[in-house]
Amino acid sequence: MDAKVKAPVLEGWFTLDERAPHLLGARCKSCGTYYFPKAIKFCRNPDCAGEAFEEVELSRTGKLWSYTNAAYKPPEPYVASEPFQPFGIAAVELEKERMIVLGQLATGTALESLKVGMDVELVLEPLDDGKLTWKWKIAGARA
Amino acid sequence: MSKEIAVLGAGMHPWGKWGRNFVEYGIVAARAALADAGVKWRDVQFVSGAATMRNGYPGYVAGATFAQALGWQGAQVNTSYAACASGSQALAAARSKILAGECEVALVIGADTTPKGFLAPMKGERPDDPDWVRFRLGITNPTYFALYARRRMALYGDTQDDFALVKIKNAEHGLENPNARYRKKFTAADVAASAMVADPLRLMDVCATSDGAAALIVSSLDYARKLGKKDAPRIAAISTVTPSFATDTVEMPDLATDSAVAAEPRRFRAALPRKAYEEAGIGPEDVSVAEVYDLSTALELDWIEDLQLCPRGEGARLLREGATRIGGRIPVNPSGGLSCFGEAVPAQALAQVCELTWQLRGQAGARQVQGAKVGITANQGLFGHGSSVIVKR
Repeated sequence: MDAKVKAPVLEGWFTLDERAPHLLGARCKSCGTYYFPKAIKFCRNPDCAGEAFEEVELSRTGKLWSYTNAAYKPPEPYVASEPFQPFGIAAVELEKERMIVLGQLATGTALESLKVGMDVELVLEPLDDGKLTWKWKIAGARA
Repeated sequence: MSKEIAVLGAGMHPWGKWGRNFVEYGIVAARAALADAGVKWRDVQFVSGAATMRNGYPGYVAGATFAQALGWQGAQVNTSYAACASGSQALAAARSKILAGECEVALVIGADTTPKGFLAPMKGERPDDPDWVRFRLGITNPTYFALYARRRMALYGDTQDDFALVKIKNAEHGLENPNARYRKKFTAADVAASAMVADPLRLMDVCATSDGAAALIVSSLDYARKLGKKDAPRIAAISTVTPSFATDTVEMPDLATDSAVAAEPRRFRAALPRKAYEEAGIGPEDVSVAEVYDLSTALELDWIEDLQLCPRGEGARLLREGATRIGGRIPVNPSGGLSCFGEAVPAQALAQVCELTWQLRGQAGARQVQGAKVGITANQGLFGHGSSVIVKR
């Protein structure tokens, strides 16, 4: 996989370092709240009037909060290859950021191998249409 | 001053999938509600419509669309949109008008015609719209329901068999409901044999989308008295609160929760009935029947706990004991719920109130909850919308 030639599905949502990619979030300079995606101008903490944010790399490891799969082909704008290959989806809890982030599971992850609470890490993989996205992989598992 | 209003009439167009104009369904429901209330269309002073986003401009201005179709007669008009809670917000608008003395009797109405298959976002390349983004990544509505279901399995030991039990129960409840779309018994084997949609949820665990319509005639208590309907069921609470920062659950259509670095995470679904109980001055122990938004079978168990009908994590136990069946301690979804109806977004929250109205009047036939005195609804939709309505006798 050559990240240089692959375009991300969403511009600026994650770093393109394929060895150790990060989701790109924002952090409020006043109250410290993290946001993903990072497009934010006004802090959404009702007790914070923050308008200044710094771009931050979110933790690239976390704990599996829950998981499922897409057994049916999702509608557009999802671009699926034919025949449709079901894929997994994970919700991952980031400890430092105290937030839960969704993403597809790395290709080939068997749901039977998963357990809520296990450690996962972020990887980059192409979607069916070749556009790069972030996915979650069991920590330490072979790509 | 009492903050209650009376429900004089309830009416529905049966749920199904015909693809006809949503206005047609709405008018059938409106006329049924008017007849049920014994109120003439000419006498209705306010039309409060719930918008549908899938049927073009007439859907965006649903209140006026229905008023015109019933025959312009100079009533005040309003349209509400709040995703799945649209009907409740339309009801809240009518209550405000009535309690402010700006009208005495109102028609509240919602109807929808839904496309086939998954609900999908608007077209185009729109990375600023979280609803577009999640579909771009292949994350559909059942994804969220399945994540919540799996979480229950991990935290509370719920099983797929438990989820199937919800389907079996609701299918039995809806069997003789003339307004239900699916009126068929299911066995555990039927559910287990249905196709996997989003593991652990199968096709029979996830609700469909439907065409349908529901309408209510509501009035001041004075107006009800004048009509000789002083004992009509009353709306005692309408909660339409937003979530409170920070959220503890990834909600549709978001890809992430609010970070809980600066504020403790809170559960949105639990906040909705909490406000309703507070407004009505009653507690969960007073509830005799509940209509909850079972977008999935597992979600019904979440709602039972969010309504505080049992402690957190014990929803499946309540179900296994039969407490949530008609005849049990606290029947849930006697109408058959979304499981038997499928979702007709702007009509659904009103359909819940229609069911409670009939239950409290003792007119629910084979699905009657004996002695029902207090009913509560719960529902949730996209973008921080949700509602909980309490109807009492």
